[in-house]
Amino acid sequence: MKKLLTATAACALFAGAVQAEDIKLGIIFGFTGPIESLTGSMAAASEAAIAEVNASGLLLDGSTVTAIRADSTCVDSAAATAAAERLVTGDQVNAIIGADCSGVTGAILQNVARPNGIVMISPSATSPALSTAEDDGLFFRTAPSDAREGEIAADIMTERGIKTAALTYTNNDYGKGLAEAIATAFEAKGGKITISAAHEDGKADYTAEVAALAAAGGDILIVAGYLDQGGVGVIRAALDTGAFSLFQLPGGMIGDNLTAALGNSIDGSFGQVPGTDSPGMKLLADKSGGKFDVNSPYTPESYDAAALIMLAMQAAGSSKSTDFAPKIMDLANAPGEKIFPGELAKALELIKAGTDIDYVGASAVELVGTGESAGNYREIDVIDGKIVTTRFR
Amino acid sequence: MDLLNALVTFANFVFIPAVAYGAQLAIGALGVTLIYGILRFSNFAHGDTMAFGTMITILFTWWFQSMGISFGPLPTALLALPIGIVLTALFVLGTDRVVYRFYRKQRVATSILVIVSLGVTFIMNGITRFIIGTEEQNFADGERFVISAADFKATTGLAEGLAIKSTQAITLATAVIVVAALFWFLNRTRTGKSMRAFSDNEDLALLSGINPERVVAVTWIITAALATIAGVLYGLDKSFKPFTYFQLLLPIFAAAVVGGLGSPVGAIAGGFVIAFSEVMVTYAWKKVLGYLLPDSLAPEALVQLLTTDYKFAVSFTILIAVLLFKPTGLFRGKSV
Repeated sequence: MKKLLTATAACALFAGAVQAEDIKLGIIFGFTGPIESLTGSMAAASEAAIAEVNASGLLLDGSTVTAIRADSTCVDSAAATAAAERLVTGDQVNAIIGADCSGVTGAILQNVARPNGIVMISPSATSPALSTAEDDGLFFRTAPSDAREGEIAADIMTERGIKTAALTYTNNDYGKGLAEAIATAFEAKGGKITISAAHEDGKADYTAEVAALAAAGGDILIVAGYLDQGGVGVIRAALDTGAFSLFQLPGGMIGDNLTAALGNSIDGSFGQVPGTDSPGMKLLADKSGGKFDVNSPYTPESYDAAALIMLAMQAAGSSKSTDFAPKIMDLANAPGEKIFPGELAKALELIKAGTDIDYVGASAVELVGTGESAGNYREIDVIDGKIVTTRFR
Repeated sequence: MDLLNALVTFANFVFIPAVAYGAQLAIGALGVTLIYGILRFSNFAHGDTMAFGTMITILFTWWFQSMGISFGPLPTALLALPIGIVLTALFVLGTDRVVYRFYRKQRVATSILVIVSLGVTFIMNGITRFIIGTEEQNFADGERFVISAADFKATTGLAEGLAIKSTQAITLATAVIVVAALFWFLNRTRTGKSMRAFSDNEDLALLSGINPERVVAVTWIITAALATIAGVLYGLDKSFKPFTYFQLLLPIFAAAVVGGLGSPVGAIAGGFVIAFSEVMVTYAWKKVLGYLLPDSLAPEALVQLLTTDYKFAVSFTILIAVLLFKPTGLFRGKSV
């Protein structure tokens, strides 16, 4: 009898030990490289979500989650692939949060995540090409595709009665992708793009570029460029020569430096920039505790990426990527009880009880298509030399 | 009316920008051509001498602005320009003393001096970046336009606007003054004549008692002045960025070679040839032709020979064509 009791107790202990496991999540961002100033805050936000879940002790009957950081470099696909490979084969991570930049994200997805059957949720890769990449249902992103911004821009222009537009973009993957997205969406709505021409950043003079744009003409000039680079140069040259007075400004152009450089000479221009009025942002700011900055780009999306992975594990009752990957879309979208940052414990309980949840999170996540954020945009107007938010879309 | 509109469009997007750019190139090319004529090598450091001089001028412009000194409707940078010229001249004379004189004494081959000037380029490049940074600087102030496009439309009632920036007007005025002064100096003063003599025949000039060190020093001072003026005008009209000044080297050399290296008149003509070709080849002629041709013939396409990305390719092609078919340039300079 005594032996039997001991055996039962041992069995119970053993069973408990099997169920509560040590889950590992890889966080692969470019901690060095061109966006190193953003990734610190992004990773800290992901780790905050993990800490929140660990504190609750509710995930998969008391499992704990450990975060392991790795460097994607943002630009070097070979280095990023090697780092991800090490995470998966060496550290045996259950899923990957990341990567950050579109190029390395695609490389890791094809070379590491798909062969090993590991889920990836990127908080910041925005290239439209990732929407159609083969992903075996393993890849998601809490950031919207740039194609989405194209649709929003086309909507805003059509609603304001713009019929024809000239388009110039910064000569890189971002500019080109965004320009194509805007052109496709605008022409689908019956608008006409008179010219789509690239401009190189870092030139002293854009008169020649503007001359070509002016020759093509249009109601408005769409400037898919950078605020601190050629974008402002193009606008200045267009104003100087009187070629255009109205500008449509995508996300890369919107910031205080724009109005500081151009004053009220671009009054009446408008544009869109990713942003939301969801209460999630404020809730996340409250719980940041100075470890990260919610207003830093893609920080809220990073919190949401980590949270979604852990909630999906709970819903599937398994920490195995191929088991929980199909759950992610259901959790992120309606119907169900809305979940905001700081409510992960409540969400874990609800899921365990079998209640449907709708994860809203910090960035108002709504996954569409093959699992990418629908995206929330702030429509802005330039009024009296100031950027004013008109509405949210 | 259509003819007027066509002319105004042409003036606004082609003629005025090309004239201003041409004047800036011409002043730059004059400096290159003087060095080539008298010191007998292609000075690759010229672009960075422009950047250095402009940087000094910008620093003093900021200092003047912070003290509340302004030049009325004209840019404050014009007040700082003389200081920029003096300091750049001192710097360039220092370079000559430390670097070039050593090689001149050895009577080294021209190609070695060219490589030496490339070394000087990198040093100046670095100094400029250390002091002012790699970012773009806008230092133009004062009145921005002589005529703005909107005002022009309102006064004339034409459909097309014509804008003349004050920096473009200043560029042209300064270029005329500088060129006149330079030619007066070279043709009328004793020092100028001795420089030309030195350029024509060095041995004969030395025999007739011309002090070579003096000629060299004066040449460097004039070159520094020309480089600083060209750099400041370019920076005022467009913007200042060390890297774009380094890139300016190509059109400036193209201008000097097209005109004929060593020929001041050629440098000026070359500057305008290069500027007009760059602008006209990359301009989209749709609008101008649309006004000039009857509606049935008006072009649908942009009528643009090359996109603006190929701007530098234009000066490069002209440079190669001239070297192939007329190596002495338009005005019979020295063959390269």
